[in-house]
Amino acid sequence: MSRDWEVVIGLEIHTQLATRSKIFSGASTAYGAAPNTQACLVDLGYPGVLPVLNEQVVRMATCFGLAVHAEIARRSVFARKNYFYPDLPKGYQISQYELPIVGRGELFIEDDDGNEKRIGITRAHLEEDAGKSIHEGLDGYSGIDLNRAGTPLLEIVSEPDLRSAKEAVSYMRKIHSIVRYLEISDGNMQEGSFRCDANVSVRPRGQKELGTRAELKNLNSFRFVEKAINFEVERQIEILEDGGTVMQETLLYDSDKDETRPMRSKEEANDYRYFPDPDLLPVEIDDAYIEAVRASLPEMPDAKKLRFMKEYELKIEDAAILTASRALADYFESAALAGGGSAQAVANWVIGDLTGALNKEGLDIERSPVSAAQLAGLVQRIDDNTLSGKLAKEVFDGMWAGEGTADEIIAARGLRQISDSSAIEAVVDRVIQANPTQVAEFRAGKDKLIGFFVGQVMKETGGKANPGVVNKMLLDKLSG
Amino acid sequence: MSLDKDQVQHIAMLARLRLSDTEFAESVEKLSRIVAFVDQLKNAPTAGVVPMAHPVNEAQRLRADEVTEGDDRDRIQQNAVSVSDGLYLVPKVIE
Amino acid sequence: MTALHRRSLVELKSGLASGEFSSVELTETLLARIAGEGAGLNAFITVLADQALVAASAADDARAAGKAGVLNGLPIVHKDIFCMRDVRTTCGSRMLENFVAPYDATLVARLSAAGAVVLGKSNMDEFAMGSSNETSYFGPVRNPWDLERSPGGSSGGSAAAVAAGLVPAATGTDTGGSIRQPAALTNTVGLKPTYGRVSRYGMIAFASSLDQAGVITRSAADAALLLGVMAGFDERDSTSVDVPVPDYSDTLATPVKGLRIGIVRQHFDEGLESSCRSAVREALATLEAQGATLTEVDLPNLDYCVPTYYVVAPAECSSNLSRFDGVRFGYRAEDPRDLLDLYCRSRGEGFGAEVKRRIMTGTYVLSAGYYDAYYLQAQKVRQLIADDFARAFAEVDVIAGPTTPTPAFKLGDKTDDPITMYLNDIYTIGANLAGLPAMSLPCGMARQLPVGLHLVGPHWSEARLLQLAHQYQLQTDWHLATPEAYA
Repeated sequence: MSRDWEVVIGLEIHTQLATRSKIFSGASTAYGAAPNTQACLVDLGYPGVLPVLNEQVVRMATCFGLAVHAEIARRSVFARKNYFYPDLPKGYQISQYELPIVGRGELFIEDDDGNEKRIGITRAHLEEDAGKSIHEGLDGYSGIDLNRAGTPLLEIVSEPDLRSAKEAVSYMRKIHSIVRYLEISDGNMQEGSFRCDANVSVRPRGQKELGTRAELKNLNSFRFVEKAINFEVERQIEILEDGGTVMQETLLYDSDKDETRPMRSKEEANDYRYFPDPDLLPVEIDDAYIEAVRASLPEMPDAKKLRFMKEYELKIEDAAILTASRALADYFESAALAGGGSAQAVANWVIGDLTGALNKEGLDIERSPVSAAQLAGLVQRIDDNTLSGKLAKEVFDGMWAGEGTADEIIAARGLRQISDSSAIEAVVDRVIQANPTQVAEFRAGKDKLIGFFVGQVMKETGGKANPGVVNKMLLDKLSG
Repeated sequence: MSLDKDQVQHIAMLARLRLSDTEFAESVEKLSRIVAFVDQLKNAPTAGVVPMAHPVNEAQRLRADEVTEGDDRDRIQQNAVSVSDGLYLVPKVIE
Repeated sequence: MTALHRRSLVELKSGLASGEFSSVELTETLLARIAGEGAGLNAFITVLADQALVAASAADDARAAGKAGVLNGLPIVHKDIFCMRDVRTTCGSRMLENFVAPYDATLVARLSAAGAVVLGKSNMDEFAMGSSNETSYFGPVRNPWDLERSPGGSSGGSAAAVAAGLVPAATGTDTGGSIRQPAALTNTVGLKPTYGRVSRYGMIAFASSLDQAGVITRSAADAALLLGVMAGFDERDSTSVDVPVPDYSDTLATPVKGLRIGIVRQHFDEGLESSCRSAVREALATLEAQGATLTEVDLPNLDYCVPTYYVVAPAECSSNLSRFDGVRFGYRAEDPRDLLDLYCRSRGEGFGAEVKRRIMTGTYVLSAGYYDAYYLQAQKVRQLIADDFARAFAEVDVIAGPTTPTPAFKLGDKTDDPITMYLNDIYTIGANLAGLPAMSLPCGMARQLPVGLHLVGPHWSEARLLQLAHQYQLQTDWHLATPEAYA
């Protein structure tokens, strides 16, 4: 990317709130039902029906607002956004416009140079989701499924503070982690529970006013966000460097072709005619409500990271990785608290072997076959020298396969590490006696041969000898 | 203030209404009269007045987050002219 | 003995209770009138003869079993704006000509649960937009007092049916006068309760912040009886208010002595036809003679009521009617070329001229560049109007005046100029803008046509309005006057 251009990005993240029923109706929000079986009369915009607001969406929006240190509106208002589209049954979307429930807030990300950077949040407002159009296999028709219509969304709008696709992704990950921590969204991107639109523009470095922006619609994975923004930035710079002008337009990212293209349906200039929804009254929240919600908030990722560094003496990188998800942090913490082993050793296992194994199987930490208590038991046996690193991996594999706790596996497979000096000494003596040539070479100064001797001892003991004890004893005897 | 043909065309498009030629001509004339009539609102002494959206001064009531509606699709869809496999059909949408 | 079709709800209730006649007999009598002398009025869009007889028979059984509800076996009619499960609900529009509601409006459910027998669905202006019933897709309703004349609108079918003795009572809706104006023009009692008093759930919306369901009857006591069943909080309507429902029949007998009645000078200026003026003046004199006091009150922003209404109501209607797009229900144009064609033709062909006009007016006043000048300004003026009423009600208990500027006008008379038609609601619209309860009751004749007395009270004062009306009706018998052909 050219050094002469500055990239300016703002994100609008739509996160689906994890309620049982819809924002304005009692229909289920469960994913994956047969078409239109979860679209009740209110969701379908039937003549005469009326919306009634779900109390959970108010609580969830308040949780989010407090987590990003935002102003919570004591009075917020639902408005109608009017436009015609087949997936929008009433011909208007109920949203918040002038008076959203969450006002200005902020969060911090790491910028491209690894420094902490503040990103402003303009607002977050509640709205209802639209349905889905299915275009394939219907012979010139589109089919409309309104199961998703009326699903509650929190739209989180950032300030145009992001300066690269990487920052945008890092901001989006941070929001993702916050909503998951708060348990207000499942954050499932495949199912569309967490998606974003990006407003992208470029301007000559040093210029004050913003360039013309393009809006990239419906980016539903972190990877697509990065790729789509990068594609769009290059496209805009190319246009500008050729002396052209960027058009303000809405673009759809095509992940198959890795390119953006204009959305045909949005070509017509929209005039949404927002006005307060007369079917809904202002939402009023008092201080007591806000304080009760505040008291219910879990520890947030940044605070948890600092605490992990302090309480468990973890390295900052490890603390950051472990606190990126609440479930991972909880796993780590319960393992660290359960065992007598070192917390850093627990962290290493969680970040290393456990995460590796989970990724390989495509599992979440919540569905890990190895429980936190099991992992704690394993680390304890390493710390008390019962297991060598090599044996520990074998035990871990056993736990993964469902063979039981570390101690059960150690007993069943006879994997106990030999730390008893007399038992080891006998083997060491045998190895020294059996390899006179190597002993002579070692004594002549070929230090590297120590590895050979250790290997021989381990081989004889089936890997069970404590490597530290072996090493020390060999050095004593060989140099003696 | 009166409305010209382009404005009426634009409004009819926003409202998704196809008008016959007679209806269109009549709309230009009648809408102009209506708009001229409501124009007198500009003279009302509204400085500092807070707009009134509702006739009652109440706050929004909240509903418990419970699933109360079941699947009634087949009965409901009897009102739809064009459905297939539970989907409402419209001429193909190009995104 | 008064013929069954001329008796009030209260009288019919005691006749049923005493076993003088059964609900089936009553229902058969009225169904015969609807199909016979009533047919020419075009008051019904749908007559539910079979269904009504089943319900009447069930009501008779319930009574025999000692389980009679408050309205057990009493016949009523619903304006065809209320959804009724498994019954065609058209809203007077081609758009919903074949629409079968899959659910009951809360009001319908409550009346049925109390034992009411629904004879049918009454004709109305399309989507309740009109003051003459001429915008109905199913043709205009005729006024039983003069078939050449309009019964008013939009609840014209309900008013005509009650006036002609086809049914003792009917539901209606009132957005700018749609209950009270037809009541005035047909010599019936029309009550529009406080906004939020009766649930709007299942009532097809015209202008959500103005719409309120109410009743058309032949006496204040009947209106009190019905309102008691219809009123009350509904968790399905966010704008329904949780205020206790008094027993409206309880306070009817309280004399009006000492009640302070406010008179608005502008209500009696040149806009009011002189024959109506004298009828209303006489009614006020009667009330004064009964012990009420008359005081002049000022509503300084009265002239802005109609223009405010014609911004707010179309704005809300333009959005409320967007759901009629030919996809999930309602009229769908044949062989649409593409999606846009489906929308534009379904709506263009499914809606009538007045509805389209109001949708376009509303679209215009909400559109970019005009919102502040029209919609927002109208909302501010609306506040001024509400404040005017609040100030007036600090001094008086009720405001009284004419319901309409003239008696019933001829069909076709006003359809040409929308403004003339809109001004017909000049006295009634203020109550909708401010959300106040209001009613119209028969108070005399002008040119052999009925004249209505209009009462407006502060929020939740329905009991007082009904008391005043009932006391007036004890003293006078204008409400008993019947059109000759339907006596």
